[in-house]
Amino acid sequence: MKVSIKVNGTLYEREVEPRMLLVHFLREELGLTGTNVGCDTSQCGACNVHLNGQLVKSCTCLAVQADGGEVTTIEGLKSNGHLHPMQEAFWEKHGLQCGFCTPGMIMTSVALLQSNPHPTDEEIRHGLEGNLCRCTGYQNIVAAVKAAAGTK
Amino acid sequence: MAAAEKIIGSRIKRREDPRLITGEAKYLEDIQLPGLLHAAILRSPHAHAKIKSIDTSKAAKHPGVIAVYTGKDFADVNPMPCAWQAGKVKNNVNTPRVLEIDRVTFTGAGVAVVVAEDRYMAQDALELIHVDYEVLPAVVDAEKATKAGAPQLHENAPNNIALEWTCGTQDTTDRALKEADVVVKQRMINQRLIPTPMETRGCIAQYQAATEEWTVWMTSQAPHVMRLLMTAFVFGVPETKMRVISPQIGGGFGAKIFLYPEYCLMAALSRKIGRPVKWMETRSENYIATTHGRDHITEIEVGAKRDGTITALKVNTYANLGGVLSTIAPGIPTTLYGRMLSGTYRIPNIFCHVYGVYTNTGMVDAYRGAGRPEATYVIERAVDLVAHELGLDPVAVRRKNFIPPEAFPYDPVILNGLKYDSGQYAKALDLALKMLGYENFRKEQAEARKQGRYLGVGFSSYVEICGVAPSAWIGLPGEGWGAGLWESANVRVHLTGKVVVTTGSQSHGQGHETSVAQVVAGELGISVDDVIVQHSDTLGTPFGYGTYGSRSTAVGTVAVYNSLQKIKEKAKLLGAHMLEAAPEDVVFEDGKVFVKGSPDQSKTIQEIAGAAALAYSLPPGMEPFLDNTSYYDPPNCTFPFGTHICVVEVDKETGEVKIKRYIAIDDVGKVINPMIVEGQVHGGIVQGVAQALWEGAVYDDNGQLLTGSLMDYAIPKADFFPTFETDRTETPTPVNPLGVKGAGETGTIASTPAVVNAIVDALAPFGVKHIDMPVTPPKVWRILQGNGG
Repeated sequence: MKVSIKVNGTLYEREVEPRMLLVHFLREELGLTGTNVGCDTSQCGACNVHLNGQLVKSCTCLAVQADGGEVTTIEGLKSNGHLHPMQEAFWEKHGLQCGFCTPGMIMTSVALLQSNPHPTDEEIRHGLEGNLCRCTGYQNIVAAVKAAAGTK
Repeated sequence: MAAAEKIIGSRIKRREDPRLITGEAKYLEDIQLPGLLHAAILRSPHAHAKIKSIDTSKAAKHPGVIAVYTGKDFADVNPMPCAWQAGKVKNNVNTPRVLEIDRVTFTGAGVAVVVAEDRYMAQDALELIHVDYEVLPAVVDAEKATKAGAPQLHENAPNNIALEWTCGTQDTTDRALKEADVVVKQRMINQRLIPTPMETRGCIAQYQAATEEWTVWMTSQAPHVMRLLMTAFVFGVPETKMRVISPQIGGGFGAKIFLYPEYCLMAALSRKIGRPVKWMETRSENYIATTHGRDHITEIEVGAKRDGTITALKVNTYANLGGVLSTIAPGIPTTLYGRMLSGTYRIPNIFCHVYGVYTNTGMVDAYRGAGRPEATYVIERAVDLVAHELGLDPVAVRRKNFIPPEAFPYDPVILNGLKYDSGQYAKALDLALKMLGYENFRKEQAEARKQGRYLGVGFSSYVEICGVAPSAWIGLPGEGWGAGLWESANVRVHLTGKVVVTTGSQSHGQGHETSVAQVVAGELGISVDDVIVQHSDTLGTPFGYGTYGSRSTAVGTVAVYNSLQKIKEKAKLLGAHMLEAAPEDVVFEDGKVFVKGSPDQSKTIQEIAGAAALAYSLPPGMEPFLDNTSYYDPPNCTFPFGTHICVVEVDKETGEVKIKRYIAIDDVGKVINPMIVEGQVHGGIVQGVAQALWEGAVYDDNGQLLTGSLMDYAIPKADFFPTFETDRTETPTPVNPLGVKGAGETGTIASTPAVVNAIVDALAPFGVKHIDMPVTPPKVWRILQGNGG
């Protein structure tokens, strides 16, 4: 099937198998390997991207479902060569160790602040429950989201 | 030196992060090669079976399929080696083959492989293979596996016993138990865990027929060891015929140390087919085919005087090692467990007996902490059991038995010649108690009980062993490892003054590119930005044993430090020559060489490096370039310690345990980057608390893994935890010149007994003395209903 999907501001048209997952479309058709796959049951959130402004698990979405849509991945977060404030905050607060969950975690955190610009600790922890991290113990991720939100 | 102290010990942001937060880092799955083929592995659905026949003909005809192979096609490839066998006892070794030929002993063992043009085709063809199995009875419980009548897994291991190992002295321990005022007995389960790094395992192998050489990319914590084991032991070719690269690695926690069949299978496939072949593990495969951790059934007897002085500890453990032995499986429940059972206490009589047992379950090997969490759980629960029995405060019993600061170096006897290096156990406990506000807590607890709310506090005053390396101790004649585990480093100061460090250590999230650079910058008086740290490629780095057991700082970074001293010595000689001064008159400080007392006339390290590289005016006999390689074989291990305190509230209606507070005081010796150390502590605590409360691999009686995905295995989420309260004491180790001990596993090692002790404390009004992990709500609820644990 033919799909046309705008990814990080560029329109791509490709022939894909109907069963191709959005994450494989991004990684294998477009070479955008920043989005990682951590599980096969939609638990871990490593593959989270934004589709039409909404957070989606790209392993649980077919490429054909994104046809005509706009996708933002971790590679599209920088603007004018500058890191997104959430990327800066993860760096500053040591919100990552092995980095594998990080792209999905950052995409989730950006979406979280879009819906709740000044979350409490509890709201941040609740908002991250669809993303697993095995390294950080989450504490510095929470600190990073708070820092990016400018809340104390 | 002022500058050194400033950089070493400061919270420098990690230098590896820019590529990780932008998605530019290349993990194994991200690597593409021209002509790359994809492999999918057919795994046994049975835990114990004979393979009667395999029909691959339909799969071979599937579109896009290049080849289908079974174990018989690789009969010439040796089984995986078992590199660490329990010391000084017979080990009945059975290890996996690249694909099993006649028999499988656990669900998930590989029996056939499809190689195809893409992964979808390979996966489709896998379903067309037919295997005729003769299913055999299975046993999954390590204790039951040793009893008469149990299914037998391997001919060379009667009663499924892979090894029987002891440490300490049985007769004196038995005597001391007989003479003790009180003896407490307890059976405790340290359940099986599944490490679950967020990145699963994978491998790409590329073989060049013309040179008979491989390049293998793999998700490994120890690329040099992988190369050695694959070439010398599995394929029987010179080590120089293989280059192993660990690309960006998405966490390991021990599970990526080992030589797995799939890595050797990819190498064998690429040699057979003549094209590069890739295998990337799915999460479901990861749960059955990657190693698990822990899985002990333990009976303890602890004897004490009425005043709380512990006089004897006797431990008998059945350690489940799975269907076959992984690379270092026997060393974990022996050396790293039994030898640490004395904990932070003077215990005059200890005896530990361990059976390492085969069962029809996945392989069990090192998982974060590896043996020390199991030992810490035993001794820290034992202390609480004694306190409970005698009606004493668990803090008082800890204090009563602590090894005092003046007793170091301390020989706990069961360590087989090693001594605890340094420790101030009461100091860490005091700081933790201060943070808790212990007296107030007990008042609050009493008040809460009156209202029908159940609060509890648990303590864990742990010590662990890091930098497992000393050749005289760990090697074959001692603890049974096939080699001394020294580490290596090369430091080169280039003509421009920029420094390249190569190390045999490996980083998969620990931040070595930052912490090692801090040591270099501090020692040479240069900017961290002028240091590049390279690792994980056998081509460009000196041999090293890799990263596990919190050894990279205590062993690997010390090798870097030693090289830096030699470079500074040479820089002083050359600097003196450039200043036309006598070598004995100059000093190296803050990156400059100058005559003592005349810092205005100096040569910078950059100027000296330039002169060393240009080489046209060197002192007689001096070789060009500032370059040094070190191999560091430490004289002793290091022993981090601390006290963790957990405060819980148990919900009387639901049985749910809520962590109210978690306090961690760790002493990891000198700290190079506090931010990185805190991150390690946080992550470790979460893994330990998760064992105490939620995680656990469950096999049914037929050997089917019931917790085989992230839907079923309870990896904790962000909202399961409060904000941890962490601090440190700092007792440098005298073992190495950096004073560093190791910080990667303390959280996991300390936390399980802190949580369980807290729950038992909370449930004391219900007469609870012990409860096994994971302490799930149904377990607690049944106790609260009066139905036992």
